[in-house]
Amino acid sequence: MAKIHVTTPLTPEQISQIRAGDEVIISGVIYTARDAAHKRMVEDLAAGKPLPFDPQGAVIYYVGPTPPKPGQVIGSAGPTSAYRMDKYTPELLSQGVKAVIGKGYRNEAVKAALREHGALYLVTTGGAGALMAKRIEAAEVIAYEDLGAEAVRRLVVKDFPTVCIHDPQGGDLYTEGQSKWAKPDAMVKPGQAGAH
Amino acid sequence: MREIHVDQIAETVARLVQEANFKLEDDVKAALSRARSLEEAPVGEAILLQLVENYTIAETEWVPMCQDTGAALVFLEIGQDVHLVGGSLTEAVNAGVAKGYTEGYLRMSMLNDPIKRVNTRNNTPAFIYTEIVPGDKLKIKVDCKGGGSENMSQLKMLPPSAGWEGAKKFIIETVANAGPNACPPLIVGVGIGGNFDKCALLAKKSLLRPVGSPNPDPEWAAREQELLEEINKLGVGPMGLGGTVTALAVHIEVMGCHITALPVAVNIECHSHRHKEAVL
Repeated sequence: MAKIHVTTPLTPEQISQIRAGDEVIISGVIYTARDAAHKRMVEDLAAGKPLPFDPQGAVIYYVGPTPPKPGQVIGSAGPTSAYRMDKYTPELLSQGVKAVIGKGYRNEAVKAALREHGALYLVTTGGAGALMAKRIEAAEVIAYEDLGAEAVRRLVVKDFPTVCIHDPQGGDLYTEGQSKWAKPDAMVKPGQAGAH
Repeated sequence: MREIHVDQIAETVARLVQEANFKLEDDVKAALSRARSLEEAPVGEAILLQLVENYTIAETEWVPMCQDTGAALVFLEIGQDVHLVGGSLTEAVNAGVAKGYTEGYLRMSMLNDPIKRVNTRNNTPAFIYTEIVPGDKLKIKVDCKGGGSENMSQLKMLPPSAGWEGAKKFIIETVANAGPNACPPLIVGVGIGGNFDKCALLAKKSLLRPVGSPNPDPEWAAREQELLEEINKLGVGPMGLGGTVTALAVHIEVMGCHITALPVAVNIECHSHRHKEAVL
């Protein structure tokens, strides 16, 4: 388990150093999008329209922040559950997105797309939104403003802490990490659950 | 007959939704502290420490601990000798939620319709639960419940032949399936018995108990402990990265049921269990 600092946009060289279980500390620009924005981005692509940001090497963070208080750059900004984006993620990876940040299990189609496109699934600590906001230096809505908290934002982050769950080699930290601590007589074995 | 003006209810709800989001209650802090002493995985310990740092920032800077500031669940225990005056109770509660969320810079997470999906921009409708109780007081309990854990909740109408073993299996499978999605370590609210809707309500109401407080019936308290031990054998751990603390507590609430039925509901709550109460 290494600690690897990366700067966005991500390159194949940067990604090749990262394995499931590594801490990945991100600096640079990342983009926010969650349920409603994903639906719109994929509909826009189907209609021949471009994405609201350059997808090459891009990192998407699944977050709908709270509104900033006066003087704040952004409100609380922790991750949301990633499985709800499963339907849309392979399409975005095929456009060049190289990492997505959320929390929780992904389906087999997403894991296959991560392998196919050499991309990463990263997580941050759910419920630690006040802490995460401290690593965000700038935030600006760049698309779908009508979606409120679900709008696409361009964030500038500094030393944003994530952990790699799935790497392009098929590594799976959830199964590995849980297998280390599951008791032999547990009623459900790690890797058997979470097929949403 | 004691009169309570509904505006007082609105003001109280507005205050409670903010306090719930900014300052974690002592029972949850104590449960997280216990978890830190029990967690054996270094990565699990690191995450629990992050949660402590996070709630400290939230209460110091008066900002939400989680960006999902929740749906507003408002439980009203209304004394039967109370007369509510000044307008509609439902409108007052919703006005309180709208004011609290707007003025507190909380996130508006509620939609007008599950298919049309247009944000109401004031976090209403609130989910309001009323109960008539003896006395002339009005107790207001607020739970700002995030969507991630609520989405991992399940209800099953088991056949009576399934018995406790069947119920136990369903509850543990539900927690295992929730895994990291629901932000563990979890508080697992369980309803057993009643009918389809009462069972779900039992599970929901069990979450209002102080975290880790046992069911008053020793037999059910023992079953809560049995479930907690089984759940913590899963290895899910804090945020699912592996560890020995998957749940902080299991709360079970029970009710009689029909001869054909064994309803079981599991209402999952995340570690950021944001609840507050006040008595008028």
